[in-house]
Amino acid sequence: MANLNLVQAINLALIQEMERDERVLLLGEDVGVNGGVFRVTEGLHKRFGARRVVDTPLAESGIIGTSIGLAMAGLRPIPEIQFDGFLGPAYDQICSHAARMRTRTRGAFTIPLTIRVPVGGGIHAPELHSDSPETIYSHQPGLKVVMPSSPYDAKGLLISAIRDPDPVIFFEPKRVYRAYREEVPEDEYTIPIGKARVVCDGTDLTVISWGASVLQCMESIEKSSRSIELIDLRTIYPMDLDAIETSVKKTGRCVVVHEAPRTGGMGAEVAAQIMERCFLYLEAPVQRVTGFDTIMPYYKLELNYMPDPARISNAIDAALCY
Amino acid sequence: MPIKSILKLEIERVSILDEHGNYDEKLGAGLIPDADLVKLYEAMSSCRYLDEVAFKLQRSGRMGTYPQNMGQEATSLAAAYVLNKDDWMVTCYRENCGLFWRGVPMESILLHWMGDERGNAMPRPHHATPIAVPIGTQMLHAAGLAWASKYRGEKQIACTFFGDGATSEGDFHEAANFAANLDLPVVFCCQNNFWAISVPGKIQCSAPTVAQRGIAYGMPVVQVDGNDIFACAYAVKQAAARAREESRPTFIEMVTYRLADHTTADDARRYRDQSEVDVWKERDPLLRTRKLLERKKLWDSSREEAMQARIVVEVSAAVARAEDIVAPQVSDVFNYTFAELSVDLAHQRDTMQTHSLASDAPAVTKGH
Repeated sequence: MANLNLVQAINLALIQEMERDERVLLLGEDVGVNGGVFRVTEGLHKRFGARRVVDTPLAESGIIGTSIGLAMAGLRPIPEIQFDGFLGPAYDQICSHAARMRTRTRGAFTIPLTIRVPVGGGIHAPELHSDSPETIYSHQPGLKVVMPSSPYDAKGLLISAIRDPDPVIFFEPKRVYRAYREEVPEDEYTIPIGKARVVCDGTDLTVISWGASVLQCMESIEKSSRSIELIDLRTIYPMDLDAIETSVKKTGRCVVVHEAPRTGGMGAEVAAQIMERCFLYLEAPVQRVTGFDTIMPYYKLELNYMPDPARISNAIDAALCY
Repeated sequence: MPIKSILKLEIERVSILDEHGNYDEKLGAGLIPDADLVKLYEAMSSCRYLDEVAFKLQRSGRMGTYPQNMGQEATSLAAAYVLNKDDWMVTCYRENCGLFWRGVPMESILLHWMGDERGNAMPRPHHATPIAVPIGTQMLHAAGLAWASKYRGEKQIACTFFGDGATSEGDFHEAANFAANLDLPVVFCCQNNFWAISVPGKIQCSAPTVAQRGIAYGMPVVQVDGNDIFACAYAVKQAAARAREESRPTFIEMVTYRLADHTTADDARRYRDQSEVDVWKERDPLLRTRKLLERKKLWDSSREEAMQARIVVEVSAAVARAEDIVAPQVSDVFNYTFAELSVDLAHQRDTMQTHSLASDAPAVTKGH
C-alpha cells in the first residue's frame, strides 16, 4: 500500500496499464515532456518514451479524432483533454463517431478509448477551466462517463476504463487532485464501471453525489446529528440505479448534489428514477443542491456557485423536516 | 536591408489520359497493364450502372436518400487499384467504385442507404472504414489508423477521401497538421468536384488550387486530372511510396466533377448552369478510358454490349440481396450500443413497446 493523492493514483494506474498492455498509449497537449499541466502524466514520457507518451498539436478534435483511428486499429489510446471547457471542439468526434461506431457498424468497428479530462471548479482557475459537462456526455448514447472522488476509486476505475471495450470519458475532479491522500494498493485492481460506493451508511436520508461534491457532502454529513447515507455514484453513466433504489427505499428521503447546472442535470435523472422506483417509499420530495443555470462564474464567485456544506445541510434539513 | 523572397512554390499538375483519349505513353508506362485497364473500365461501368439503379430505387420509394457517384469513379478506383489490400481506405460517401474494387459488396452500400446499419458492417479484411456522413471528420481517423500502423512498426498506410467542401472544415486542417507534424503515413485525396451541395468551390477556397492547402502543412502536394484514372493512379502510387518508405503524408487534389445532384434530395438545376455540366460530361472518366481501350483494340461495341448485360445481372443480384435481407431485429436498436448492455438499457430494450412501469419491479404495480 502507498499513501497517494488522486494525481498519484491515476499516474500509478497509467504506469501499470502501460506496462501490462503494449496497446496503451497516451496523447494530448503537454502530456509528454511536461507531464501534463496537472502533472498527472509526470515521469511517463521518460519512462515509456515519446512513442507511447505523445505531445500532440494543440487541437482537441484532432486529439480525439486520431484517437478514434488508433482505437479502430485495435490500440487503446488514452487522450487527455486539458480542461473540461475545452471538450467543446472535440464534441463532434466524441458524439458523432466514438459513441456511434459500434452501433453504426453493428460491432464491426469498436472504439476502446479512455478520454481523461480534469473537471470542475474550486481551484481558482480562469474561465472555461472549471466547468462540469458530465450531463452532456451522459446524454449521448454510446458513452460511459466516470468521475471518481477518491484516489482508491480513481485507480481502480481508470484501469477498468482502459480495459473497457467502449469509449469512456474519465472525469478527474481537479479540486480533489491534491486534496487528500489515502491508502492505495500498489497491485493492480479494478472497480467496475456502473457501480456506486456507499461512503457511509445511514437510515434517515440518502445523499447522492459524485466528483468533488462528495467531499462537500461528507463535511455536511459529519456535522449532522442524523443518520445519513452517502452514495458516491462514481459512474455517472450507466448509473447504479439499484444502489439508489436500495438506499432510498430504506431512508425515504434523498438529496442529490452536483456541481453542474441544475436544469436537465443528472440530479434530475436521479430524481426521476427515484419517482419511478421508490414513489411509495418517499417521505419528502427529492431535493437538489447543484450549480445554477448560469455560466460558471470567474473564480471570485465560484464558491458561491458550487454546492458547499452549508447549502447541502440546508437541503438535508428541508428533506428531513418535510 | 533589401526585402528578400524567402519561399517560392510550384504545384505540378499531372494529366496522362486526357478527355480526347490522348495518352502520354511516357508518364503512363508500366502504370496500368492492358488487362487491368479493361477490368478498371468494367468496374467504373458497373459502378455507374449501380448509380442509375440506386437513383431509380430512391425515386420509386425502395431506398432512402442516395448520393450519386457519377463522374467521380476514377478517383477512388485508382487509389484502390494502386494501394495494397491491407492499406486503409478511409472514405466519405462518393467512393463506391474504389470500395467495390476492394471487395466491399454492392449490397453493403445499398443497405446503408436503405437505412440499415448492417450495410456498414464491412468485414475488416477490406480495410475500409464505414461511410462517413459528417463532412471532413474521417481524415482524422485516417491519421489515427496510419499512426497505429507506425506505432506497431508496420508498413500499412491510410488513404483518405474527402471533397473540396471538407477542406473548409477544421478537422481537415487538424488532420493535415497531425499527419505532417507527427510523420504519419497518410495519403490525403481531395476530390475537388467544384460543388458542396449548392456552394461553389470559390466559397470554400480563395486560393487558385486546393492543393496548396497541403503546402501550408509542410507536405508534398500535387494536382491531377481526377477524371484520368492514370493520373490518379500515378499520384497515389507516388504518395503511397512516400508514406510507406518515409512515413510522410501527401496531399493530392483530384480535379473532377459531380455530374449528378448532390443527393437524390437535391436539385442542382437550382444553382448551376447546364452548360457547365455539359462541358464536364465530355470529360467523363468512362468515355476517355473507353476511347483508349478502343484505340488499343481492347474494346469494341460488342464487348461493351456483353459487359452491359453482365452488369445488369450483377447489379440486379446485388439489389435483390439488399432487398431480400431478413428484417433487422428490433432489439438491434439496443444491442450494439455497448459491448455489454447495462441493466437499465436491457430493461429499456425489453419494455420498448410498453410503458416502463408495466413491467417494473413488483413493488410498483398498476392501479395505484
